[in-house]
Amino acid sequence: MDLNSINDFLAAAIRMAAPLMLVGIGGVFTERSGIFNIGMEGTMLIGCMVSVYVSLVTGNLWLATLAAMLVGSLIGLIHAFLTVTRRADQIVTGAAINLFALGITNLLNSQLYAGFEYRPRVTMYPIVAPEVLQELPFIGPILFAQPVIVYLAFLLPVLATWILYKTSWGLNIRAVGDHPHAVATAGLSVNKLKYQGVIISGMFAGLGGAALVLADLGLFATGMTAGRGFAVLAALVVGKWNPVLVAAACILFGAADAFQLRAQTAQFAIPYQLFVMLPYLLTIAALAGLVGRTVGPKTVGKPYDPESI
Amino acid sequence: MDQSNDLSTLRMVGISKRFPGVLANDNIDFEVKAGQVHGILGENGAGKTTLMKILYGLHQPDSGEIFLNGKKVEIHSPKAAGDLGIGMVHQHFMLIENLTALENVVLGLPTKHPPLLDLEPARNRFNELTKEYDLHLTPSSPVWSLPVGDQQWLEILKLLFRNAKLLILDEPTAVLAPKQAKQLLSTVRRFAQEGRAIIFISHKLEEMKEVVDCVTVLRDGHVVGTVDPKEVQSAQLAQMMVGRDVFLDRRERAPYKDKKEVLVIEHLDCLNDRKLPALRKIDLTVKSGEIVGVAGVDGNGQRELAECITGLRQFTGGTIHINQKPVDGVINDTTLLGYIPEDRHKTGLVLKFTVEENLILKTFEELPYTKRGIIQWHEIRQKADALIKEYDIRTPNSMVPVNHLSGGNQQKVVVARELSNKPALLISSQPTRGLDLGAVESVHNFLLKERNRGAAVLFISTELSEVLTLSDRIIVMFNGEIMGDLNAEKVDVNLIGELMLGHREGLEATP
Repeated sequence: MDLNSINDFLAAAIRMAAPLMLVGIGGVFTERSGIFNIGMEGTMLIGCMVSVYVSLVTGNLWLATLAAMLVGSLIGLIHAFLTVTRRADQIVTGAAINLFALGITNLLNSQLYAGFEYRPRVTMYPIVAPEVLQELPFIGPILFAQPVIVYLAFLLPVLATWILYKTSWGLNIRAVGDHPHAVATAGLSVNKLKYQGVIISGMFAGLGGAALVLADLGLFATGMTAGRGFAVLAALVVGKWNPVLVAAACILFGAADAFQLRAQTAQFAIPYQLFVMLPYLLTIAALAGLVGRTVGPKTVGKPYDPESI
Repeated sequence: MDQSNDLSTLRMVGISKRFPGVLANDNIDFEVKAGQVHGILGENGAGKTTLMKILYGLHQPDSGEIFLNGKKVEIHSPKAAGDLGIGMVHQHFMLIENLTALENVVLGLPTKHPPLLDLEPARNRFNELTKEYDLHLTPSSPVWSLPVGDQQWLEILKLLFRNAKLLILDEPTAVLAPKQAKQLLSTVRRFAQEGRAIIFISHKLEEMKEVVDCVTVLRDGHVVGTVDPKEVQSAQLAQMMVGRDVFLDRRERAPYKDKKEVLVIEHLDCLNDRKLPALRKIDLTVKSGEIVGVAGVDGNGQRELAECITGLRQFTGGTIHINQKPVDGVINDTTLLGYIPEDRHKTGLVLKFTVEENLILKTFEELPYTKRGIIQWHEIRQKADALIKEYDIRTPNSMVPVNHLSGGNQQKVVVARELSNKPALLISSQPTRGLDLGAVESVHNFLLKERNRGAAVLFISTELSEVLTLSDRIIVMFNGEIMGDLNAEKVDVNLIGELMLGHREGLEATP
């Protein structure tokens, strides 16, 4: 590899990490509140399609982004209703969302580009840094020639950490996944907090879907999330449910993703599939205790029964 | 926190609450005044906790009213209770282990500058309160690092922080060592002097006498009476609780004729979980038809002894024989050994399984409960129903999850399972811990019945009074050794006390 391709790889790694990082923030809030949302994968996929559709119709990528977040929140609301109010099994509900998302996007895929002779690329997130910075040798393309959403993805984990540790609501969220009964006896509404956590995860999964399209590819393809939402679930474990560490894990996974794409074209001795596996191998290593104690929120996955105090 | 909202009286009138299959509270009247410690005494399942959960807004009563200072109030949620100045320490800790002590205290409270958490003013108040009440708590220590006693104090600090005027303490001393319990009781008295009202729930008669001004006794969901505990005898209170006389005097028994050695332990050595010596060269023989009581302060090797005999713990030296068979692994022959473990929740029962499943846990693979690999529910249910009848297990039916039963009935499930195959040896480890008096009595009855049948019974308990009540022989353990082996018929209690502390002098004086 020469310097150019290393440079190109690093820039791609950061760009490809951004959608994961955004979804990861939502993941932190839902699992901290005690609810698994494996439906983030499917929500992300629907976010991709919604953003492409709204972008094609309105030509406005910010509206497209908002629409993806809104639809994501709605899916989050459904997941919250089923898992919090109806106390359904969180994994089953999440799997249902994923299957639904796969089905509906496959169904609508042909309709999405109806009327176009070929699949046009939609408007992408702008690059806002001054050209002088973008043209800096080596670091320019990596740090400054990035779409604006990338900076948001790097900023939000810091903001999320601040919210979790410095606000009352953050304390409530940290508490509710560990011991909902204690939260209830402190006079707070457990269900309200859980709804909030799950809806936030849906919203960020939608945003992550939009980012995947509007920062990277510019068009929709069936099954395009390709397990990125699941990789985020892994990042939550590796990052110990801390927004900044989760983001770091997402960067690592994004890099693995960027690398495997390059490995496919370059003739490497190592099969590229190994790099596709990397996020999951890391997760197994994390669960095996190689990165220290990884104990998640204590009641995550378990329905909360207010009567059983 | 409304400071002007002082509480002078709280009255609950005609409170009833029905759960599926149980009338937990039946038309209860109850009143508590500021400056008073009001005890609530009752067996497990008598309705104490339900009544308090209604007062704290966790349950809604089916009927009945609550009056605060003569004014009717509705308490729909813990928040509403908190706003009225009512605070509660629950039987189980309501603490979040991963948060700090301070974060636990401020959880749910409004802050000065929302949405910011703003811990500094809270930290100052936390330190003031710990100083004022002489508590040794650091605001920044995470709860998981705190010993159990400190966690209980943290729960109480939560109420003080909210300036609660009515404190509900649900069995606050259950998890405390005697010395810590004493400090807690004196602090409770202090709360009363400060003009707060305290509701103190317990089933320990002694601490009731020490701390409360008056006590309301509940039984089967209704009020038996309200009395001044200093004016009535303990026996009378106990009788109010269980509705009949309770025998805790020494049990009469006939000598058992056909004695043979069942359990023979020679030079037994073993290590505890921290790899330190737990038992040192123990020799012990238990014969059929006798109850050998093991007295001693908790943690002097009793648990390890029980685990070695049952094959659950590897020993480092010596031998154990049960009916001439050496113990070299977990014993699953239910006719040889019955084992009532000290922690029925963790090792005695599968809490989410039903009563019948728990009853059949050790024998379900055998005929007739399993035929050609298929479970025969009909046979199991018949067996379970017979055991439920024989051991007087109070349960709606055999298909109820065992965690829906009261503690005493859960223990009866363990006892029924372990005794149903008539084991030659019975190891029972703290079998009455946490049980109310009625249940204690029935467990004692079962053990005595086993002894009269001809079983060898090893009875481990840290409650000296029940060791004296039940045993034929008493051994005293201290620091992994047997300090003395005494005839329970004519034993000197003071001597046992000395032996429990490791003083052997008295033994040589009276050979």
